[in-house]
Amino acid sequence: MAQRERDALTGRLTTGHEWDGIKELSTPIPTWWITTFLISIMVALIYLWLMPSFATTKSLEPGLLGWSSRGELREEQAIAAAAQAPWRQRLMAVPLEEVSKDEELRRFVQAGGRALFNENCAPCHGVGGGGQQGQFPALLDDDWLWGGKPADIIQTVRHGIRNTDEESRQSAMPVFGDSLSKEQIANVADYVLTLADKSKADSRAALPGAALFKDNCAGCHGENGEGGRDFGAPRLNDAIWLYGGSRDAIIHQITSPRMGSMPSFASRLNEESLRMLALYVHGLGGGE
Amino acid sequence: MPNHATIERSLSLLSMLALLVISIGGLVEIVPLFRIETTVEKVAGMRPYSPLEQMGRNIYTREGCYLCHSQQIRPFRDEVDRYGHYSIAAESMYDHPFLWGSKRTGPDLARVGLKYSNAWHLAHLEDPRSVVPVSIMPAYAELKNRDLDLTSIPDHLTALRKVGVPYTDTQIKTAIDDAKAQASGVDADGLLARYPKARLGDFDGQPNRVTEMDALIAYLQVLGTLVDFRDARLDPGAK
Repeated sequence: MAQRERDALTGRLTTGHEWDGIKELSTPIPTWWITTFLISIMVALIYLWLMPSFATTKSLEPGLLGWSSRGELREEQAIAAAAQAPWRQRLMAVPLEEVSKDEELRRFVQAGGRALFNENCAPCHGVGGGGQQGQFPALLDDDWLWGGKPADIIQTVRHGIRNTDEESRQSAMPVFGDSLSKEQIANVADYVLTLADKSKADSRAALPGAALFKDNCAGCHGENGEGGRDFGAPRLNDAIWLYGGSRDAIIHQITSPRMGSMPSFASRLNEESLRMLALYVHGLGGGE
Repeated sequence: MPNHATIERSLSLLSMLALLVISIGGLVEIVPLFRIETTVEKVAGMRPYSPLEQMGRNIYTREGCYLCHSQQIRPFRDEVDRYGHYSIAAESMYDHPFLWGSKRTGPDLARVGLKYSNAWHLAHLEDPRSVVPVSIMPAYAELKNRDLDLTSIPDHLTALRKVGVPYTDTQIKTAIDDAKAQASGVDADGLLARYPKARLGDFDGQPNRVTEMDALIAYLQVLGTLVDFRDARLDPGAK
């Protein structure tokens, strides 16, 4: 092994390596760096000891502090729940119809209801509740399929419509394309188109579709097309048409009906949330 | 204590010591993985994806949905308030590969199942802006015109079985019929016995065809719906 010697120019030791007369200075890692490195290893060991770090034979070893992200979440939720508790209690203490009389409570419901609506309802019914013609009903008019009282709205949101929830609202319009001829269906459509027109109130009874309507449609949609909420049967004597109000659209709907489905929110929303949401929807314009 | 020069000049000594250092690093990283299954909570309700759902999942990965949508609700209050119960490991134990994702351009989809109706999913995939005006998601209307490759389903299930998804021989044998039954709702008793909570129906509005749209919507509608968290007991010992 070559000789370690002191370099004359710099006054530092060489490593002893020499290539063709060129020698290498020994430049050890600074002491402060080594110290920091060792300290950080110790910090890491302490961290592993305090925090959940290792899987044991049974489960995750929880660490000395017992910290968990789920525990932290529970704490945050408890703080939030405690902050909201007075409001939620106030909301649950009054009957649904009287919530709007308490101005402070009304504002709480409005803010919470809007947040819930935008997350859960707006994708189908639109921000603001305008709906989608041909798909999803508007919620800001007074044309309700299943009832527009706050309690009705809660029921609809909680269990949904035509889904697998056992308490969901159920109904099915028959496929009249199987039981009526094309001509009969066209006659019924012509009759339906007169329902909204008051000037034809007397003359429409003479139309060929009148008897067909009475036999096939009036049971759910009502004698005068006023709708039947027990079956979610829409009003036919107004200008609001979910699946279109043209003659062709009505013929299509009678021939092979489209029926909407709404999910059940029972597992997503708690009682207070349902109340806030229903009152928000109720306040969009058409609440009864 | 051998110094630098000694170690560097003996090939066998250098090799042995290098192997020792690498082994320590390797063991520290690998040994905990042998116990990984002990960190997965046992919960009721989880089952492998039905054939139609699994094919929908393949389309989800093929189209790169995971690039914008995560499938992991983290245990933070803002996420739990918005998306529902935080995700647990068991919920992705049949995912190969898992689709947790690391970036959200769109919302998390871990619990999107049954949040919207089939009609909404169809409208949204055909033209996202028709239902969400501010959406920047691309349209996937083409899926409705593409027939699902039914014949490859048994192979997919067999491959998944090789990596640990417990598909039975019966499930692989009936896979094609199960996919058809789920996409039509007809003769679905066997399917529901094999895959409880499977959503039935003609998802894409074309009763006579099984398209990729059917499969994708069936998959989306099952996401996050299998575990009933009202019954699940999660880390009872934690503070």
